[in-house]
Amino acid sequence: MNLAFVVMLPFLGACLPPLVERVSANRTLMAFAAALMPATALALLVSPAMQVFAGETLHSTLPWIPSLDLSLAFRLDGLALLFALLVLGIGLLVILYARYYLSAKEKAGRFYAYLLLFMGAMLGVVTSDNLLLLVVFWELTSLSSFLLIGFWGHQTGARKGARMAMTVTGMGGLALLAGVLLIGDVVGTFNLQTVLESGDVIRSNPWYPVILCLVLLGVFTKSAQFPFHFWLPHAMAAPTPVSAYLHSATMVKAGVFLLARLYPALAGTDLWFMLVSMAGMLTLLWAAFVALFQHDLKGLLAYSTISHLGLITLLFGLNREMAAVAAVFHIINHATFKASLFMAAGIIDHETGTRDMRRINGLWKYMPYTAVLAMVASAAMAGVPLLNGFLSKEMFFAETLGSHQLGALSWILPVGATLGGVFSVAYSARFIHDVFFNGEPVNLPKYPPHEPPRYMKVPVEILVALCVAVGVFPAITVAGLLAVAASATLGGTLPEYHLSIWHGFNLPLVMSFVATIGGVLAYTQRRRLFDVWARLPQLDAKLVFEGRVQQIGRWAAALTGRFQNGSLQSYVAWLVTLVAVIMLTQLAPLSGLDLSQYSLPMDGVAILCTAMLVAAALLTTVLHRHRMTSIMSLSVVGLMVSLLFVRFSAPDLALTQLSVEVVTMLLLMLAMYFLPVRTKVESSSIRVIRDILLAVICGAGVATLAFLVMTGETSTISQFFMDNSKPGGGGTNVVNVILVDFRGFDTFGEITVLGVAAMGIYALLKDLELRSAKYDSLGRPWARDAHPLILVTISRPLLPLALLIAVYIFLRGHNLPGGGFVAGLITSVALVLQYVASGVGWVHSRMPGDYHPVVALGVLLAGLTGVGSWAFGYPFLTSDFTYIYWPVVGKFELATAMLFDTGVFLTVVGATLLMLANLGKLSLLDDKREDA
Amino acid sequence: MSHWIIAPVLIPALAGLFLLMEVRERHRMRRWTGLLACVASLVVAVLLVQQAWDGTHTVYKLGNWEAPFGIVLVLDRLSALMVLLTSVLAFPALIYASCGDDRKGANFHGLFQFQLMGINGAFLTGDLFNLFVFFEVLLIASYGLALHGRGPERVKAGLHYVVLNLVGSGLFLIALGLIYGSTGTLNMADFAVKAQALTGTDATLLRVAVLLLWVVFGLKAALFPLYFWLPAAYAGATAGVAALFAIMTKVGIYAILRVTALAFAAGPFAGLGHEALWWLALITLAMACVGVLGAKRLATAVAYLVVMSVGTIVATLAVGQAEALGPALYYLVHSTLICAALFLLADLVARGRGDVGDRLVAGPAILGGGRLSLLFFVAAIAVVGLPPLSGFVGKVGLLRTVPDPLYWALLLIAGLCGLVAMSRAGSTLFWRTTGESAGLRPSRRRLLAVLLLLGLSPVMTIWAEPMLQWTAAVADQLLTPQAYIQAVLGGAA
Repeated sequence: MNLAFVVMLPFLGACLPPLVERVSANRTLMAFAAALMPATALALLVSPAMQVFAGETLHSTLPWIPSLDLSLAFRLDGLALLFALLVLGIGLLVILYARYYLSAKEKAGRFYAYLLLFMGAMLGVVTSDNLLLLVVFWELTSLSSFLLIGFWGHQTGARKGARMAMTVTGMGGLALLAGVLLIGDVVGTFNLQTVLESGDVIRSNPWYPVILCLVLLGVFTKSAQFPFHFWLPHAMAAPTPVSAYLHSATMVKAGVFLLARLYPALAGTDLWFMLVSMAGMLTLLWAAFVALFQHDLKGLLAYSTISHLGLITLLFGLNREMAAVAAVFHIINHATFKASLFMAAGIIDHETGTRDMRRINGLWKYMPYTAVLAMVASAAMAGVPLLNGFLSKEMFFAETLGSHQLGALSWILPVGATLGGVFSVAYSARFIHDVFFNGEPVNLPKYPPHEPPRYMKVPVEILVALCVAVGVFPAITVAGLLAVAASATLGGTLPEYHLSIWHGFNLPLVMSFVATIGGVLAYTQRRRLFDVWARLPQLDAKLVFEGRVQQIGRWAAALTGRFQNGSLQSYVAWLVTLVAVIMLTQLAPLSGLDLSQYSLPMDGVAILCTAMLVAAALLTTVLHRHRMTSIMSLSVVGLMVSLLFVRFSAPDLALTQLSVEVVTMLLLMLAMYFLPVRTKVESSSIRVIRDILLAVICGAGVATLAFLVMTGETSTISQFFMDNSKPGGGGTNVVNVILVDFRGFDTFGEITVLGVAAMGIYALLKDLELRSAKYDSLGRPWARDAHPLILVTISRPLLPLALLIAVYIFLRGHNLPGGGFVAGLITSVALVLQYVASGVGWVHSRMPGDYHPVVALGVLLAGLTGVGSWAFGYPFLTSDFTYIYWPVVGKFELATAMLFDTGVFLTVVGATLLMLANLGKLSLLDDKREDA
Repeated sequence: MSHWIIAPVLIPALAGLFLLMEVRERHRMRRWTGLLACVASLVVAVLLVQQAWDGTHTVYKLGNWEAPFGIVLVLDRLSALMVLLTSVLAFPALIYASCGDDRKGANFHGLFQFQLMGINGAFLTGDLFNLFVFFEVLLIASYGLALHGRGPERVKAGLHYVVLNLVGSGLFLIALGLIYGSTGTLNMADFAVKAQALTGTDATLLRVAVLLLWVVFGLKAALFPLYFWLPAAYAGATAGVAALFAIMTKVGIYAILRVTALAFAAGPFAGLGHEALWWLALITLAMACVGVLGAKRLATAVAYLVVMSVGTIVATLAVGQAEALGPALYYLVHSTLICAALFLLADLVARGRGDVGDRLVAGPAILGGGRLSLLFFVAAIAVVGLPPLSGFVGKVGLLRTVPDPLYWALLLIAGLCGLVAMSRAGSTLFWRTTGESAGLRPSRRRLLAVLLLLGLSPVMTIWAEPMLQWTAAVADQLLTPQAYIQAVLGGAA
């Protein structure tokens, strides 16, 4: 039988109840659907179990992610078998119990689905033969328990409890992951068998303390050990079947399971003893003490659970083989009596409507049968002879007596153990006496309470019967299972021991006596103890935890707000600061610039232009609050740059720069029209200084870099373009040939950018309504005459002239300065002038108003020119100039480049007009509104 | 001559142009055109992955000019992977957007296609200036998309995004100028060869140029202190757009990875600026933890998870462990898809809660909340990196290959912060309900879009081994840049 299949069964089973729920609301049917797979799994385990009892360890491996050494490897040895039986067995009982616990209006299908998910995860944890796989299932238990604890998510307690459990166990899970990864690093594999055999390697590794701490973090959070115990009581917000399952046999036992599982690999050192046994001891005492003061039935059981987990942890921590046997034994016993107690508490809650022990009194009269069951179970919890709890507790006492690792302080262990026993008896006594006797019930929501439905008691009966059977006949009931489980824990060896009720009159028995009598005494003195307790400061872990989390949330939001203050200026400052840092760190070590390398002659015009450029740039910055003036000054910068291009023999660039400048200015003017002409001073002087500093550093840096580039002697690929422009590209204007041929793909991309920009602006401005100012900053009204006669008169004859120039510039582009881009800009300016002079209405009545298709057509033309070359077996955008491959006439050759350039031309015209016309339309809207 | 390699650029370009010409606003036709183009791109992407799988580099010489003089597109495993990821992401994102959000403004479908054109071009190009051009294409389209639907919040966040990226473009240009000034070339392979020989002033120019490139790419990738624009912009964008934007940060990461692998894996400039990247990435990771804890909206929290993934991946790349590259790429794919799914889910939640939106406060019960909560649970597990989904696989892969205590601690803490934030968000949104629902029930098409993205996480988990093998093969190829250079420059190298 494949173990992987058995583990998968509960996961498969999780789908069944919700499916049934769709068909029928019958809870019994759903319970059967839920029980089907676990029951099958249990049945399938029978024959492997026989092999395990015969001393075999079964393995089954399926590959999953070999690169991570993560395989679906499962094993069934004694320990895995014991836990599998607990998980499946108690799981089945809980399914039966939940059938009666959940009311008809609750979503039982979903509940069972979560429960089965959890069951599968738990089964996976206990049967994993690969440590990484174990972590996978481990985290799955956290996740599914989140859903279970939060099942009543409409209650705030359930939400908070679920989150707290999730956070704490999730943190532990991550620590465990780290620990496991380190183990894998040390041992070289995650294979459990190998890891268990490599105990000495791990323990002698320098990383051992780290590994141990990380793994123990996982264990302690999961098993609610001090100081991570606080989540468990709040997980009681879950429906009681969940508590009965998670906090008796499964979730919290996963931690101690891991202690048992990794016992051969990690245990045996002083560090292990100190950490594990001390955490266990503290947890045992503290939780047992606190349990006494809980008024909530489930709260008492929760703290009792923590305390018993502490006991088990303490036993594992003793580094004694016999103690490990006792620990395993107590795991079994605690699971049986605690599950039954939770179920009994659920029954009482169900029948009385409350769990407050100050109100639930004297139930013996109303539900005697349940009372007997609960009393037997709590007697087992207290460690009363003839019940299973007694046996493991005796072993526990004996082991504390046998440990001498604390040297002269070793007496602390037995004394602490006895003290824990005292509290344990006291709270068990309280559970029995307060609930079933102690006068009459007080103000119950449901009165009178009566016995629960027949089958709701069955799971409790079975568990209590087990308590008694184990307690009376340990040798024939539990001995075999315990032996295989304990020997698996210890890595094959098993110390000499025998289970019996009577070991003679010895010290552990005396400790039991002391504990019982002390516990009863403590209970009789409870009023005084309660008074003492009442004077202690009360901490509600839920509130504290939630408060902390919210505090962290607020703190996080505040810190985030500091950086993300919503100020664009600040974000840009960060960006520029990075640049400044780069400039400073990289350029400061340079030994100075060699100015003698600057070889260009300087004449008066160049110096004047440069001075104007610098002055205008400064003016733009200084006057930035007077928007219009600042734009004017900016245009001077642009013009000077154009002139400088001319000066340095780049007529193409100069032409382009000039026409771009004109169009940009128009755009800016149109946009600025809607903004206030002046803005207030907003920056503090510190910020201005900061900005000046940044600007100077970056500016100086870029200037230095520009100087270095220009004076450097790098051989570039430029010569290739010079040489091949005419023979390869068919044009003497290298710039144009680069644009339409050598790097035509870039141009294709850039005209796309232009087109998309226009589209985006159109989308942004469409149907936008802006109210522009009627007056300028000095309170003067804007001119009412929108279309001055002179402008109209001049602009109209200008259009054909401008178009003619555009055609000329376009046609000569391939050989002389010019080309589609510049021609397009000239055309757009001429057309925009018509808009400005004669108005949108006038223009649109004479030509199509939607420029989208023009843009598209332009880019498409360029693109199709590129695709055309496919037909001749060449890559995209290959120009058809070469005579060799296409020996037609020269006319055709010119046409391909022209076609592409026409595309550029159309795109530029379309995009520019699309932007400008739409910006212009905004003011038109304004006019209309005024007219209306 | 196979032209398939340029198809991921041309298909969306032609579809976008077609949409631009369609002036009558026939919405059904626009949607179908967009979706069809996405499907076509997806098919081509699969073909390209197949083609690149054997490890050859396919070089496509535009205009038939030889490298380094003309522009080349280069298909290798990494670019094929990224193009496929883009297509896989775009299809569901567009399905979701086509459920109504596309009608909130003009030109949505056209912009969407041009965005894809830019992203695919950036992944395929083998030329630095052409990379700049495609960055411009994807940015200009993303400006439009980020502002799609308008609204004051969106416009404010979008404007920040636009201005910062314009500054970024300026820096990119300066960097390119310096690169041309120092190495005399713009072809990536040629650059990689020439860069090795630089000394003196040219070496300084190169160093400044490359550091500026890291700033520019870091701005795209959203590294500290350059990510501040991201949460507001992503959380403010319409859901389909935000989902698509999940790949945008990865474009920045891709660019860092590509340039590093080609030119700075070895030689005199090996690991140039990577120590700075390492620290910035770790700070990014830490700040993302803080951000996700303090988030007041689900979409904002998801945006920080995007930042978190960026920090994780860049830190991994910066540490320079060769064997970590494969898991890092796996994690990149995973985080892109899951974050996209979460953006869509956040929108579904917001729609289901009416006026309260996706703010993390008590609100009305969500109609059809059961399904949504299940999807959210799965997505949260995956994104936080808990088993058994792809996030866990990726994280284990990273932890196993980057043996640095600080990295481990931060990665694990990031997981915990994500866990705390997601459990708070989930329990608040789905459990803490007041009264009856006021919102809309999620439509089937919207759920389908989410499922298409989210479903890939289990797929990437079950078939984690082949997937990891694949990303490892991608990494292997990246680690031998000589083959790339040889393929582009031929014997000249």
